[in-house]
Amino acid sequence: MASVSSLAASLNPATPADAVARAELREIDASAKWPVIVFLLSGLVWLLVGSGFALVSSIKLHTPEFLGDYEWLTFGRARTAHLNSVVYGWSMNVAFAVAFWLMARLSRAQLRHAGVLIMAACFWNLGVTIGIIGILAGDSTSIEWLEIPPYATPLLFVAYALIGVWAVITFRFRKSEHIYVSQWYLLAALFWFPWLYSIAQIMLIFEPARGTVQALVNWWFAHNVLGLWFTPIGLAAAYYFIPKVLGKPIHSYYLSVLGFWSLAIFYNWAGVHHLIGGPVPAWVLSAGIAASLMMVIPVVVTAINHHLTMVGSFSALRYSPTLRFVVFGAVNYTLVSLTGSAMAIRSFNEITHFTHFTVAHAHQGMYAFFTMVMFGAVYYILPRILLKEWPSAALIRTHFWAAAIGVTLYWLDLSVGGWIQGSEMNNANIAFIDVVQHTIPWLFVRSVAGIVMTIGHLAFAVNIGWMLCARQPAGATAPTLFRPPPAMPVGSVP
Amino acid sequence: MNRGPLIFLGIFLALAFSWTGIVLTNQIQYGSLTPYYDANEGKAYPDKPSGLAERGRLVYQDLGCLYCHSQQVRRPGFGGDTERGWGDRQSVARDYVYEKRVFLGTMRTGPDLRNIGARQPSVDWHFLHLFDPQLTSPGSIMAPFRFLFEYRQVIGERSPKALKLPVDYARSHGWDRSGYELVPTPRAEGLVAYLLSLKDTYEFPEAKPYVPPKQEVGSK
Ligand code: HEC
Ligand code: HEM
Repeated sequence: MASVSSLAASLNPATPADAVARAELREIDASAKWPVIVFLLSGLVWLLVGSGFALVSSIKLHTPEFLGDYEWLTFGRARTAHLNSVVYGWSMNVAFAVAFWLMARLSRAQLRHAGVLIMAACFWNLGVTIGIIGILAGDSTSIEWLEIPPYATPLLFVAYALIGVWAVITFRFRKSEHIYVSQWYLLAALFWFPWLYSIAQIMLIFEPARGTVQALVNWWFAHNVLGLWFTPIGLAAAYYFIPKVLGKPIHSYYLSVLGFWSLAIFYNWAGVHHLIGGPVPAWVLSAGIAASLMMVIPVVVTAINHHLTMVGSFSALRYSPTLRFVVFGAVNYTLVSLTGSAMAIRSFNEITHFTHFTVAHAHQGMYAFFTMVMFGAVYYILPRILLKEWPSAALIRTHFWAAAIGVTLYWLDLSVGGWIQGSEMNNANIAFIDVVQHTIPWLFVRSVAGIVMTIGHLAFAVNIGWMLCARQPAGATAPTLFRPPPAMPVGSVP
Repeated sequence: MNRGPLIFLGIFLALAFSWTGIVLTNQIQYGSLTPYYDANEGKAYPDKPSGLAERGRLVYQDLGCLYCHSQQVRRPGFGGDTERGWGDRQSVARDYVYEKRVFLGTMRTGPDLRNIGARQPSVDWHFLHLFDPQLTSPGSIMAPFRFLFEYRQVIGERSPKALKLPVDYARSHGWDRSGYELVPTPRAEGLVAYLLSLKDTYEFPEAKPYVPPKQEVGSK
């Protein structure tokens, strides 16, 4: 296909290389436009739905009579609807959007036959919708992270098959010689997820394994979805956007190779730390604990690589929204992973297992790291595919501070509350009902934090809606930043 | 690193490693674990759940009790499980061989339920507790499950299963209409049968009740 860029170059030998490259990027962005928009908007809807279920379940934990007579909103179902809307709805959709855009850009290849991807998006979201309605109606499987009833999962499989194949095709058509570290992460994640998901479905739902082998399969899956799917995609985005926005290369190529392979090797053994103290063979637990400790290697390596790239450029955080979100996420990746390794140590686990400490940890991982990186990515990608700028810097600022303050409060609050809960629970002299009572203030503050986070989500949604409706400006416009940047050599903003 | 196939091979091997180690090895090692035949008692353990309990298990599953309750007792000395009376011994893999779906759980907003059938064998207690946890456990944050009960007109005899709400409570909450009774639905009955079936009060060679060290004479 004679692309406009090569046409321009062939007609005008004097076209600067830079302009050719820009034209090429525009075409790639244009080819990714509709799939990215569809995935992103579906994700956004699920984020709002998920925030609603989050607040309902959070309030129920300190005020159990709240909506107490509705069976479909009983805690066990509202909470499960929350998890599935934010994980399979929001996080997966936004991951697909960002992964495709990154894959196309890094491979310098256009997305072919984007219609197939839009169809995949429809299947996926239909599957999630049926799944969540099923959960609310009482068909949940009660297998953590796999609650979607079996009649909805085939839709997810079909959708995923299209998505995975399309990403690989895009990669196969790459024009760039070099395979950037973000692409390794994307490819690995795209390959790992269907393996994990299909084994888990088979061994837990269609042909269930006997006894506690189920628990091992369950946590092998559930932890790997975090470690081998969301983490690589979050890291791929961080590896792309930090250097991109700063306009300088990543700190060390060597460290990124080391970080990738050590993650690939250690992470997938770590999941069984969710069963420490449980009725499964002791050697598996020891292996899981060892792997969880070894995770310090990829985490520290990646941390050095990300954070040293930032050194000397912190001022850019003052004006670039993308950078601010992504760096917040990258810092939390370091923190959440180191906490995770600590939580696998038996004496630590003895206290934190079975408490709200784990919930704090889950939100630090899925929200403070993954979701924040994705927010940052969206702030970069949308203007490029819509060829319009963000209408309101104030809304971006509201989004950032509400999300950042909200999730930090959430995490601090439940970490402390969970620790107290665990310590008291291990002391049989304290009556159980007192342990329960002592968690209530912490649970209440969590609801407050959740409201703050939800305000951020609303600001995000309003900004996106406004942007979509705004008329396309003629000619080039300036990117929306928090404040005007000082005159300094930055690559591409925001 | 520019070699696609090599990267792919590495990616494949990484997950293959844990898949073999965690999933396959354990499936082979104890995926066909059998009940234990106790020659002294002439009986195999664990017990098979009854049909009613099996239906109750599905209610436990669809209402998501799992998200607040675990079903696994940690060994004495690791956490306070046995001291809290949640079990005489640690739970072991063999306890779960008949469970079509294992609800080990990862959260203890409420107490562990692995041995609730032994600890709280009263059906009436469970019905009252499910109807409104505040009745039996003031200050609880457990969700009420009133929708598992039916408020209906008494036809002929009062049902023997009808809930015996405290008079004050019934009056203040409007459950005191004369000629009416509150009865558990079949789902509630199944759920309680399931709860009562949760008791690992037998021994396996690999899991004997914990015998606390002898107390010294004179220490109360
Ligand atoms: C929101 C969390 C929550 C949910 C959901 C929940 N529980 Fe509870 N449960 C608790 C708390 C807290 C306690 C301790 C206070 C009390 O006895 O109510 C408890 C106590 C219990 C007890 C008494 C345990 C004992 O040692 O005395 C039983 C039995 C029980 N729950 C069964 C269930 C069943 C069955 C379900 C599902 C239908 C369920 N719970 C759902 C929080 C929950
Ligand atoms: C809007 C703010 C949010 C609030 C108030 C909130 C609240 C909650 C609550 C109450 C639970 C149940 C905890 C329990 O079972 O005790 C939960 C679980 C969970 N939420 Fe959220 N949530 C929010 C946003 C999110 C987002 C955006 C994500 C991910 C992208 C997320 C991921 C999860 C996960 C993974 C769990 C399972 C945790 C576990 O079982 O350990 N949450 N959340």
